[in-house]
Amino acid sequence: MSEVKNKELQVAALENGTAIDHIPSDKLFKVAALLGLDKEKNQITIGNNFPSSKMGSKGMIKIANKFFAEDEINRIALVAPNVMLNIIKDYQVVEKKTVTLPDELIGLVKCNNPKCITNNEPMLTRFHVINKETGTIKCHYCERKINKEDIVIK
Amino acid sequence: MKSKSLVSIDQCSKEDILRILDNAGKFEKNPNRKLLEGKVAATLFFEPSTRTRLSFETAVNRLGGRVIGFSDASTTSSSKGETLKDTILMVSNYVDLIIMRHHLEGAARYASEVTQIPIINAGDGANQHPSQTMLDLYSIRKTQGKLENLTITMVGDLKYGRTVHSLIVGMSHFNPTFHFVAPNELRMPDEQKNFCDQHGLKYEEHTDFTEEIINQTDILYMTRVQRERFTDMEEYERVKNVYILRNDMLKNSRENLRILHPLPRVNEIAYDVDDNPKAYYIQQARNGLFARQAIISEVLGLEVTD
Repeated sequence: MSEVKNKELQVAALENGTAIDHIPSDKLFKVAALLGLDKEKNQITIGNNFPSSKMGSKGMIKIANKFFAEDEINRIALVAPNVMLNIIKDYQVVEKKTVTLPDELIGLVKCNNPKCITNNEPMLTRFHVINKETGTIKCHYCERKINKEDIVIK
Repeated sequence: MKSKSLVSIDQCSKEDILRILDNAGKFEKNPNRKLLEGKVAATLFFEPSTRTRLSFETAVNRLGGRVIGFSDASTTSSSKGETLKDTILMVSNYVDLIIMRHHLEGAARYASEVTQIPIINAGDGANQHPSQTMLDLYSIRKTQGKLENLTITMVGDLKYGRTVHSLIVGMSHFNPTFHFVAPNELRMPDEQKNFCDQHGLKYEEHTDFTEEIINQTDILYMTRVQRERFTDMEEYERVKNVYILRNDMLKNSRENLRILHPLPRVNEIAYDVDDNPKAYYIQQARNGLFARQAIISEVLGLEVTD
């Protein structure tokens, strides 16, 4: 059997919707949670631990009839900055997109300063992305800087 | 200023700082002006700070305004679990200005977002205390006759000392040269050094507090080395007496040198320094009154005449 044939069998084709590819295997379920897929009513195919020449192992999510808004999808750049989005219409990939961290993250990340007002008051957190390359963010309120590896998602 | 509230020194441009300092100078000449007649200010001190509160309340009183507020949150609804937002909105119904101190970091910024009433941050945890920076800048300009091209030596706890961090930001417009003198455990954090690099500010780091450094200095900014900041008690015992200024260390210092300290001091400035004319920390605190009068006028958009 040819390799192409194998791939087709692994994941069902999508007629319309979004396929998110190149998700690091260990971030797959975090990405699913960030996108709120637990509340999604459309058909979802989730696959993980596919072999990848670039990353060794990757995950993939296909959501039928779902097209994300920019700010909705950009939040996954926090955990998986190199994912590839394939927008599919009528079985064809009509657009390929990468994700970029937005300038601001609202209500997404928990401040890891216990003395920050956001951890003591019923309010949304707000972070400024101060370096999109390194993923460093800064709390709008207590001004604490948080490096990418220390980011805790709410 | 970018906002009508004063939350952090970094929201002030060079022009903002100079205007506020000029106005502070006018208040020093004549502190009693009826600019706040008929107005009420609230001093909400969720965390006690007698010195700062008295200074702000004196400022409001000398401007002819009235003050309501509390000096300890244990007597207020926040001890019953009321949110900061509700407290701020409730007080906003009554007053023209809110001056607040809070133990939580970011509290003043959040307060400034929930109300239309101007907020002055009188300290939010270890984060910001802009009126302290303004009075430091005022003291520096007053004693040196200028802010440009000065050599400022900061001594003691440079890691946790928010006053020194804010002073770096405040001075960044004026081409300073810094000496940072601190024990290894309490040295200036990378974030502040990166700030200096980005703004082209010259600095040197030292672990020894020597006369050689003092003798090149215009402003000697002393801070307290606190025992509770150390993880290693041996290190504390080793350094606790190293960062103490004694009068005999000043014998070859510059004529214009002045010694500042945000107060309260414990033992980091020996008492024999107090009588040296270069000691300025008590007058520095007095300048806080004029700086705060100028800040209050600024956030309320009041014009201060000569």
